[in-house]
Amino acid sequence: MSRALSIEGMVSEPVSFHALAWAAALLGTVLLFVFPDALPWAVKYPSWAVVPFADAMSAVMNFLKTYFSWLTRGITDVLSVPLGFVTGLLAKGWKIGSGPDAWMIPRVSWVGIVAAFTIAGYALGGARLASLAAGCMLYVAIFGQWDSTMLTLSLIVVAVPLCILIGVAIGIVGFRRPGVDAFVISPALDFMQTVPTFAYLLPMLLLFGTNPVAAVIATAIFSIPPMVRATTLALQRVPAEIDDLGSMVGCSPRQKLYRVLLPSGRPLLMVGVNQVIMLALNMVIIASMIGAGGLGYDVLLALRALKIGPGMEAGLAIVVIAIVLDRLSQAAATYRPAAAIPGAPVWQNHPYLSFALLVLVVTTLLSLAFPPLGSLPKAWTVSTGPMWKAAIDWINVNYFDAIDAFRTSLIVWVLNPVRNFLEGFPWLAAVTLLSLAGYTLGGLRLVLVVLPLTLFCAVTGLWEKSMATLYLCGVATAISLLIGVPIGLYAARSDRFQAFITPILDTLQTLPSFCFIIPVVMLFRVGDVTALIATVLFAIVPAIRYTNHGIRQIPVSLIEAAKVSGCTPRQTFWRVQLPLALPEIMLGINQTVLLALSMIIICAMIGTRDLGQEVFIALAKADAGRGITAGIAIAFIGIVADRLLRALARRAQSNLGLA
Amino acid sequence: MSIPSLKTLSAAAAVDQRPVKIACESLWKIYGENARSFLRSKGAAASPEDIAAANVVVAVKNVNLKVREGETFIVMGLSGSGKSTLVRCLSRLVEPTAGQVLLDGKDLLQATDTELIEIRRHKMGMVFQNFALLPHLTVLENVAFPLSVQGAPRAERESRAREVIELVSLTGRENFYPRELSGGQQQRVGIARSLAVRPEVWFLDEPFSALDPLIRREMQAEIARLQSVLKKTVVFITHDIDEAIRLGDRIAIMKDGEVIQVGTPEDLVIEPATPYVADFTRDVPRAKVMSASRLMKPVAHSPENYGGIVRSTDKIASFAPAIVRAKKPFGVADESGVVVGEIAFEDVIDLLAGVSDRESDGRLP
Ligand SMILES: Nc1ncnc2c1ncn2[C@@H]1O[C@H](COP(=O)(O)OP(=O)(O)O)[C@@H](O)[C@H]1O
Ligand SMILES: [Mg+2]
Repeated sequence: MSRALSIEGMVSEPVSFHALAWAAALLGTVLLFVFPDALPWAVKYPSWAVVPFADAMSAVMNFLKTYFSWLTRGITDVLSVPLGFVTGLLAKGWKIGSGPDAWMIPRVSWVGIVAAFTIAGYALGGARLASLAAGCMLYVAIFGQWDSTMLTLSLIVVAVPLCILIGVAIGIVGFRRPGVDAFVISPALDFMQTVPTFAYLLPMLLLFGTNPVAAVIATAIFSIPPMVRATTLALQRVPAEIDDLGSMVGCSPRQKLYRVLLPSGRPLLMVGVNQVIMLALNMVIIASMIGAGGLGYDVLLALRALKIGPGMEAGLAIVVIAIVLDRLSQAAATYRPAAAIPGAPVWQNHPYLSFALLVLVVTTLLSLAFPPLGSLPKAWTVSTGPMWKAAIDWINVNYFDAIDAFRTSLIVWVLNPVRNFLEGFPWLAAVTLLSLAGYTLGGLRLVLVVLPLTLFCAVTGLWEKSMATLYLCGVATAISLLIGVPIGLYAARSDRFQAFITPILDTLQTLPSFCFIIPVVMLFRVGDVTALIATVLFAIVPAIRYTNHGIRQIPVSLIEAAKVSGCTPRQTFWRVQLPLALPEIMLGINQTVLLALSMIIICAMIGTRDLGQEVFIALAKADAGRGITAGIAIAFIGIVADRLLRALARRAQSNLGLA
Repeated sequence: MSIPSLKTLSAAAAVDQRPVKIACESLWKIYGENARSFLRSKGAAASPEDIAAANVVVAVKNVNLKVREGETFIVMGLSGSGKSTLVRCLSRLVEPTAGQVLLDGKDLLQATDTELIEIRRHKMGMVFQNFALLPHLTVLENVAFPLSVQGAPRAERESRAREVIELVSLTGRENFYPRELSGGQQQRVGIARSLAVRPEVWFLDEPFSALDPLIRREMQAEIARLQSVLKKTVVFITHDIDEAIRLGDRIAIMKDGEVIQVGTPEDLVIEPATPYVADFTRDVPRAKVMSASRLMKPVAHSPENYGGIVRSTDKIASFAPAIVRAKKPFGVADESGVVVGEIAFEDVIDLLAGVSDRESDGRLP
């Protein structure tokens, strides 16, 4: 309403029509709310008008399954080879022969792998990174998570190179053909990044069955977008002079690409690789639902049986692995090796690599004679499971009333009212208001995005579920902002607080989404409250980050100007800093919303009743059409939110004359 | 005055006999969507309003140049005047909108992609303002890179690379990465790399603009030294008039895409075509660019009264201290040693004091 009024103030012919449209739409909405029986089909989408999109999707999937089984089987066979090799190497070893004569080629010794990670840490980041890597890997070994961790790692080791190869190839196409990039690749990537993780699993499950190969493929596809983006961006950012140099020395287009442009873009490419690894880890965990095995599967089992101890243990192992992979790959991105001395032996030019290989081989050979080097005997490992269980039990015994009161009041006073409001909201009014908002913020172009995508949610009969998603997502976002923005503001004012909070945020950001659920579910059991808390934990990071950065990026000269003009600190904050930081903060809100959406969907595992649940059920029933349709609806919600919020941020920016 | 006839005797006359190495005729480069239609409808007559209305940038405007073999040709102008674009048109890094580029008399714009690659591999070298070194290669690999692109065997390209590295005095740094070198050293690598293929035409696009003044001096001397040995056809871009005068045989001054004057440093200083050029050259010490023939008068004294004999091409600055000390006229001899005129020491003092003919002419009437 206030927006409509402020626009009216700008006085021009089409604008007053615009204001009228807003007034009419709002009036209509209120009327529909008050007299829902007047136009029942506009309040609740009529079931006779539902387009059987899901059935069509099922038909398509069945067609693919029937006529392309040769392809899927071929892919499975091809991928099984490297997967089998790596799994054998890291996790399982190989069995040669059968029966009593069978003997094992052992897997790589755990001591060797711990040492190799430590050496890599030392080579890339000195003693600090070495001790971090050593500590984390030892934790995994000693706390009995080695086997599962190695299984998870094997999948990543296969999926990540695949993903990098494909991602770089697509990125190159995007760089060479800007038209294809703008109209095909970028929109496809946008879409892929808003489709919930679950939805990737479904087609893979259908086409490839429940097995690790399906998990690897789902992981690779899910993790491709950042690699494509990083590649195109890295190539575009290569300085024009370097490009000219390539031409001037007479490179063929191929030579220029592979010998000049790609190597020059290495730092950005490595940022892409880091993101790919982290996404792959996230996905491999979730892909445990379609047979990935490993840590994710352990968590899944524990969650299903509500076993606190094993869940926490596996969850912590995931955390630890995430931290190791993130820090190592980040260090690798900035790593600059010393120049190789031509003619010198390999171990002199690559001392760390040679040493690591040596240790791996020696420890593995020794493990033949001394089995504990191959796998740590159960008796030597420590289980923290009982401890976690005891801790949680203690909390539940002593604070049950407090926790339950918190939970109940949250449900009664916040969740239920919002949910009732949104679920009762007339769908036609919602579609109209969103489209109008699109028009106000971004003109006809934005309407062309918002209108069809929101209509999709209604027409496929998923409106109520969409609203249930929106309600959780909205409440989680609101809470994230209420907590995150003040923290960000405080971090912007205090360097010490910023230094304290940065590593925490870094860690929160690297953790796979699964990890957030485990501790919360132990305290709050399944349900919307748990989903909400886990989502807030997951989505709060950008709210803090962008607020902090938005305030800090304001030029010092402006603050000084405000002080010189006699502003009190309070005035400086409210009149100068906050308005100038607003566009940046809004970008943070956008990120928060998208993260919240992706997390809410995963929370279907703990019994929410939204679109995520729809996908989850479809996954259990292998009902492709239903799951894919719900997945698309989720993606569309994400895209609409993203476009509207970005347009809002852009408007805030241009109001400040920044855009 | 007899000066104009004497001028034809000066260095310019000798330059004319060298064959033209690279030239451009009615060369245009217009950036923007409707560049071609704009050129066809408006062409040279386009006013700034037309340009703004068509939403195009005229980066190079109807340029005609001839650069002769072995000549150091400078393109000078303020930033944004179109120097880089012009030079990139000459090497076809930028596709001109209209006109011709002639390399050894052949139209470069007609060359196919493969021909162009061959021409660049063997005939052209380029040095860049920000060095454009490949960050993942060592000094040796960077310098050998053009050869490696051509598929030269490793031993051959490395020995050639070592040769040019020695030429630019970087021996001992072969296994360093660019990031481990100072700016001046990095540009030496850039220079070595551009020379590795023994190019016939050597383009340098503001090679020293990114360097500190002291280093810049040193590098200018380096280029002068290299050029005295290598005698390449050089097209050198700069926005620094001192650099232009120190290094150039001839200088083209650009403004808003147009070449407004081409001439020797002496021509530009003494006979600027427009006030714009005069502004540029105002602070250049005349004695440094002016040759004896410019200041000489018909013979009036007998040879025994001369304090010394100089050649007509000698710069005034080179004998100014001697003539001022001698307080006697100097004789001026042509190439064959025949005295063709003389220089009064008072004229030299006037010149050094900044009292030019033009100014005194203006004051007297
Ligand atoms: N790729 C391009 N697209 C549009 N305009 C350009 C492009 N490259 C250069 N220009 C414009 O052409 C003019 C000449 O640029 P340039 O040749 O780089 O000048 P200089 O090298 O003398 O500084 C400038 O106005 C510049 O903005
Ligand atoms: Mg330039």
